[in-house]
Amino acid sequence: MANTPLPVEHARPPFWRDERVLAVIAQIIFLIVVIVTAVYLFNNAREGLAQAGLTPGYDFLRLRAGFDIGDSIISYTSDDTYGRAFLVGIVNTVRVAIIGIILATILGTIMGILRLSPNLLLRGIATVYVETIRNTPLLVQLFFWYTAVMLKFPRVRQAIALPGPTYLSNRGLAIPWIEPLDGFRIWFGFFIAAFVIAYIVYRVQWTREDRTGQTSYPLTSALIAWIIVVIAGWFFAPGQPFTITRPELAGLNFEGGTVLAPEFAALLIGLVVYTGAFIAEIVRAGIQAVDKGQREAATALGLSTVQSLRFIILPQAMRIIIPPMTSQYLNLTKNSSLAFFIGFPDLFAVSTTIQNQTGKALEVISIVMACYLTTSLLTSLFMNWYNQKVRLVER
Amino acid sequence: MTTTTQTHTTPSLITSIWHWLRDNLLTPWYNALITIIVTPIVAFVLYRILAWIFFAAEWDVVKQNLRLFMVGPYPQEELWRSWVTLGIVVLLSGLSWGAWRGREWTAPISVVVLGILGALFLPITAASKINLLIMAAIFVGGQFLGAWKGEHLRKYVVWLWVLSFFIVLIILWDVRPSSTPPFFEANIPSGQVGGLTLTILLAVIGIVASFPIGVLLALGRRSSLPVVKTFSILYIEIIRGVPLVTVLWTASLLLPLFLPSDIRVDKFIRAVTGITLFSAAYLAENVRGGLQAIPKGQYEAAQALGLNYRQMMQYIILPQALRIVIPALVGQFIALFKDTTLVLIVGLLELLAIARSVISQPEFIGLQREVFVFIALIYWVFSYSMSYTSRRIEERLNVSRR
Repeated sequence: MANTPLPVEHARPPFWRDERVLAVIAQIIFLIVVIVTAVYLFNNAREGLAQAGLTPGYDFLRLRAGFDIGDSIISYTSDDTYGRAFLVGIVNTVRVAIIGIILATILGTIMGILRLSPNLLLRGIATVYVETIRNTPLLVQLFFWYTAVMLKFPRVRQAIALPGPTYLSNRGLAIPWIEPLDGFRIWFGFFIAAFVIAYIVYRVQWTREDRTGQTSYPLTSALIAWIIVVIAGWFFAPGQPFTITRPELAGLNFEGGTVLAPEFAALLIGLVVYTGAFIAEIVRAGIQAVDKGQREAATALGLSTVQSLRFIILPQAMRIIIPPMTSQYLNLTKNSSLAFFIGFPDLFAVSTTIQNQTGKALEVISIVMACYLTTSLLTSLFMNWYNQKVRLVER
Repeated sequence: MTTTTQTHTTPSLITSIWHWLRDNLLTPWYNALITIIVTPIVAFVLYRILAWIFFAAEWDVVKQNLRLFMVGPYPQEELWRSWVTLGIVVLLSGLSWGAWRGREWTAPISVVVLGILGALFLPITAASKINLLIMAAIFVGGQFLGAWKGEHLRKYVVWLWVLSFFIVLIILWDVRPSSTPPFFEANIPSGQVGGLTLTILLAVIGIVASFPIGVLLALGRRSSLPVVKTFSILYIEIIRGVPLVTVLWTASLLLPLFLPSDIRVDKFIRAVTGITLFSAAYLAENVRGGLQAIPKGQYEAAQALGLNYRQMMQYIILPQALRIVIPALVGQFIALFKDTTLVLIVGLLELLAIARSVISQPEFIGLQREVFVFIALIYWVFSYSMSYTSRRIEERLNVSRR
């Protein structure tokens, strides 16, 4: 009895108990439910749109927009198309996001380091900052910066003068700014190239140091290369590439320099202060997470403080810091959509206006979502690449 | 810092203060320098802030609109219903505190002290003051009851919390199937609940409603069925890739469009739908973290016992996974609590919207600072106390685990 093998046809369960068959059936049912729901919803939408006399499609992007946008760095008038208006929104979102990310990183890093300071006062300031900002809604903070700070500044004539010269008034922040002259384009090409060349120099020197063990100052060399290229650009460009103009009070407005609109300034300050608090916590956690033994081991090996920071502490801290930091950058970009509430024309604010005018809900929503999703997707691609690169190779 | 000095032979008060100062402010030399430079700046800023709070700020705007901030345009004569709901929540809090912490005195004492202070100093009617004291008494009574029955009660308290969610909705709002007769004479449309009450309701409903969806999505993402897995990943990543405002905006535009034209969706439902859909994606990621933290042996042991997928998840995996992610869920609840401000876009009158409408009244024009600082303080108290409690619980759990 014990030796008789089971009949072969019994080893295979009937199909209604076969897990592989069941899995396929379950998925087919799931797919059908999803598709039927989607079709049902879209049918409703189509009928509703047909009743309202709207035809779906993206043709409206070529129509005249007919509304003004207060703050734009690319040229735009109400005679431009809806497509152009979208572009203005995207550029504004990108502008706020990039400047915001840079400033938030600086503020957050400083505050994160201060939270670990041996000095009670500095530690206290950083702690109060982090705990206050993180526990109140960003939108409340934005309204505060906009209505309770920006709009409360005196009128242009009584503008508060700060060194720079910078003027604070309820029309915004007037700051000195570069004004491009004839040679600007050529010089700007050099300016961009300088970063590429500096990076290449850095890699070359770094590889050499890695291979030969000879100190070859990769960072310093890169910096020198950058400066040389930028100065070379200055000589190659025909005439002076730019001048710096200062804002001056002229009548009821400022002349020269550039004026940051109060909406833009409030949004920027709000996002930077808010995200900075989260970044501070990330930086603090990253530094604290590096084992004390690592620093001690570095000292025992005879590395200097700078060397141990550069080669031992920072690489390990960065591995912990970068992933959450990137998600904070992404959060800042997404949070910039709150610009809508204080009237700064970012992508979302412009889109709501366009939707109001055209009634093309589905189309406008799809464009907005596609823009934000592209950003997120690019960021997570970068994250995966980075994680692969810095992953601990354990033996 | 002071503990190090206590190991020496009884230092005098002055020396221990000196040690403390030296350790925290004065050594090494550059710290002393920083202290000297920073102290006047901090003192000046503190002075300006305090001077503003006590002399310059006009808090009348808060005093006169306190009821608006708390319950929004809820009708005056129906206000008792909001007190009853508060009473239920306070009673359950007391019960839970008693059932889990026993006869612990710090919480009831602070509740009673807060109640008395509130009754003495808050600019509210005499009836409200009495109600406030009753609330404190209810908490103490609840705790006494909880401590008396102790462990027996814990299971029931959890279910009471679940039940209370629906009771609160019924009392506050008269939520019921349209065929049944109303429980109360006065019918309250959803637009009339506002202020802090609505903020809390939105956050609680959002987290409760998104919980089952989030768990299903998390299981779906870890599933071996490719279709289910792809769907879950797509949903989670798309929602997490876009801002909440756009989700709320989409919900408020598309819900009426996608549903048959004879169904009217009110603003509250639109907001809750948006918040739930959004929050579910984040919750799914948190739960997935918990699922991943469960050792593979647990899965294998469950399968070896002959449990099927549902039994394995229900009895073995999820209880452990959900316990791990409690801190993350609290964090998400806090985030959601802050994010309720965004329902402004749908036009609901939660705390921030009330604040804005108060500022726009002609007699309170120019008092933005007072109003925004006040509501920021409310948000802060709630968020900070939640995150503080969660951190404490986490520490206690960690300590017991070691």
